[in-house]
Amino acid sequence: MSTIKVYDPALCCNSGVCGVDVNQQLVSFAADVDWVKSQGKSIERFNLAQQPLAFADNANVKGFLERSGQEGLPLILVDDEIALTGRYPRRAELARWAGITISPVTSATGCCGGDKSCK
Amino acid sequence: MLFLENTPKFLFFTGKGGVGKTSLACATAIQLADLSKRVLLVSTDPASNVGQVFGIAIGNTITPVLAVPNLSALEIDPQAAAQLYRDRIVGPVRGVLPEAVVKSIEEQLSGACTTEIAAFDEFTGLLTNAVILQNYDHIIFDTAPTGHTIRMLQLPGAWSGFLEEGKGDASCLGPLAGLEKQREQYHQAVVVLSDPNRTRMILVARAQLATLREAARTHEELASIGFSKQYLVINGALPQSEITSDPLAAAVWKREQAALTEMPEILRVLPTDFVPLRPFNLVGLDALRALLSNDSTRFNVTPLPVDIPLVPSLASLVDGLVGEGHGLIMTMGKGGVGKTTTAAAIAVELASRGYPVHLTTSDPAAHLIETLDGSLENLTVSRIDPHAETERYRQKIMTSKGKDLDAQGRALLEEDLRSPCTEEIAVFQAFSRVIREAGKKFVVMDTAPTGHTLLLLDATGAYHREIARQMANTGLHFTTPMMQLQDPKQTKIVIVTLAETTPVLEAAGLQADLRRAGIEPWAWIINNSLVMANPTSPLLRQRAINELAQIQDVSTKYANRWAVIPLQAEEPVGLDRLKKLIHH
Repeated sequence: MSTIKVYDPALCCNSGVCGVDVNQQLVSFAADVDWVKSQGKSIERFNLAQQPLAFADNANVKGFLERSGQEGLPLILVDDEIALTGRYPRRAELARWAGITISPVTSATGCCGGDKSCK
Repeated sequence: MLFLENTPKFLFFTGKGGVGKTSLACATAIQLADLSKRVLLVSTDPASNVGQVFGIAIGNTITPVLAVPNLSALEIDPQAAAQLYRDRIVGPVRGVLPEAVVKSIEEQLSGACTTEIAAFDEFTGLLTNAVILQNYDHIIFDTAPTGHTIRMLQLPGAWSGFLEEGKGDASCLGPLAGLEKQREQYHQAVVVLSDPNRTRMILVARAQLATLREAARTHEELASIGFSKQYLVINGALPQSEITSDPLAAAVWKREQAALTEMPEILRVLPTDFVPLRPFNLVGLDALRALLSNDSTRFNVTPLPVDIPLVPSLASLVDGLVGEGHGLIMTMGKGGVGKTTTAAAIAVELASRGYPVHLTTSDPAAHLIETLDGSLENLTVSRIDPHAETERYRQKIMTSKGKDLDAQGRALLEEDLRSPCTEEIAVFQAFSRVIREAGKKFVVMDTAPTGHTLLLLDATGAYHREIARQMANTGLHFTTPMMQLQDPKQTKIVIVTLAETTPVLEAAGLQADLRRAGIEPWAWIINNSLVMANPTSPLLRQRAINELAQIQDVSTKYANRWAVIPLQAEEPVGLDRLKKLIHH
């Protein structure tokens, strides 16, 4: 199974409410991360302000910070390879990396309509 | 004293800086120890003089106070606790990650939230440590955690992710994740705090509206989370016996009585004690034993001679403010020191000298601003309502950004939006609409963002974009908004304080914070100076003498330029009385 790792910039709050404007992407992304987890997939977030060691310990991430600085964050690794930088992924991108099939909800009887029966 | 009756295990004194929490905590500790209770006194005052009071070095280990049997003391420095926490997070990556990245991480962890959480972590150990509970009958704190911190800890959403797994979305609580204690211990601490049989919170205020309002706010905040049984102490009010000879003392007494009459309604139901102003310095055991005694005949008041020092007036500062005939002037300081009055006095003086001035305030009770409207030809005034601005900001975020969150997520976002940072940002955002005028006239504001907030906003770039939008076509030359605030030609920040120990230290803290953001405060103003008002009342003279050391500190240790405003017999409302602040 693929492992997604998200390296956030230094934020005093992951929801970003301390900024002049709350970053909608952060709020939505937090919800998308929950969704990926609810599908039983592996996704982890690291906040530069609180877990800087996670950035230093990964050669790819450390090298990226040296080249692009923290302005280049967020950085998303899939199986330790750089998948996306500079913005947060959309739900469809997360689904692709995690190997989740998004089936359009067409009817209430769809197999993914309400529970976790289809894996 | 009502607050000393049937005292529970834990006593917390809470109130604005400078109201006398530490003195009351010391006096209470001595009184209980004199009754053969085993007492631990815990001070978190950054200016802690507890060691000095008892003539011993205390520091961050429990130390017996030999001069008082049954009493031990402990000093916690929340700044040092926060620094330890920062070192633990940042230390391992220093020299490993790029320098700019390390600096930005440090700034994230330099806010008031981190300090508060670090202090709470220290409290938790004392509230839940079985050995300490066994060894002491009473544990007395000269400060208390805020309602914001306690509420955060009560939210289930705050615990679900971050604190249990060491990762997730909790925000203001982030720093707790790096601390050592477990959820169970924090939970236990909150339970102890909310139990009136074990914990008593004592609100301390002076007979002044600003500190009474602060006490009312704290009471409301604590009551809303179920801590309703607080006590109130009005500290340092001038006794009526002092007013006979001295018109200044009479004016002070009248003003204090008026403040008590206008005391917020919700405070009136609380058990209330009055600790009058004493004619002695609260240093030494005798003085502290006497503080809570009702026997005032024990004190001999000998009027002392006061040497009035030669100090610069506000008028001399304004000479230097004139500069290029326009610019941004911001007064900054803790609540109640007189930022609005000072800003108004500066604005009136500049306008009287013929310059166009826009004075803008966020003080909800700024009657003086209303009295100025239309009074001078080239003076315009405006005000913003911080509560309305903050509420609007909260609503906007909850309806737009919070709409897809579940109940726990919404509760957490809501609590984040109650952090002090939120109000600062909302108010400054509203002010930034006025800043654009600073290119052609003087804009005088009674607030300024803290250096920490500026650095955070600057780091994310959000602030830059916001201000760049606001500043478009203003004709002001700037490279980044941060540089505009850093340029003393364009922006002058005036720190306002009182000539008392804690307010001066708090002002020095604000200055250090601004300097971290590369902003050098232009001047300091010491407001409401008793010594400059030259009182004849023996009690007021005693307090006036105590001011001298603080004035000395400000002028030699902290300020590039400074001025003193004497305490006024009449409220400085209206044009004529404001002008009196300038020239003395």
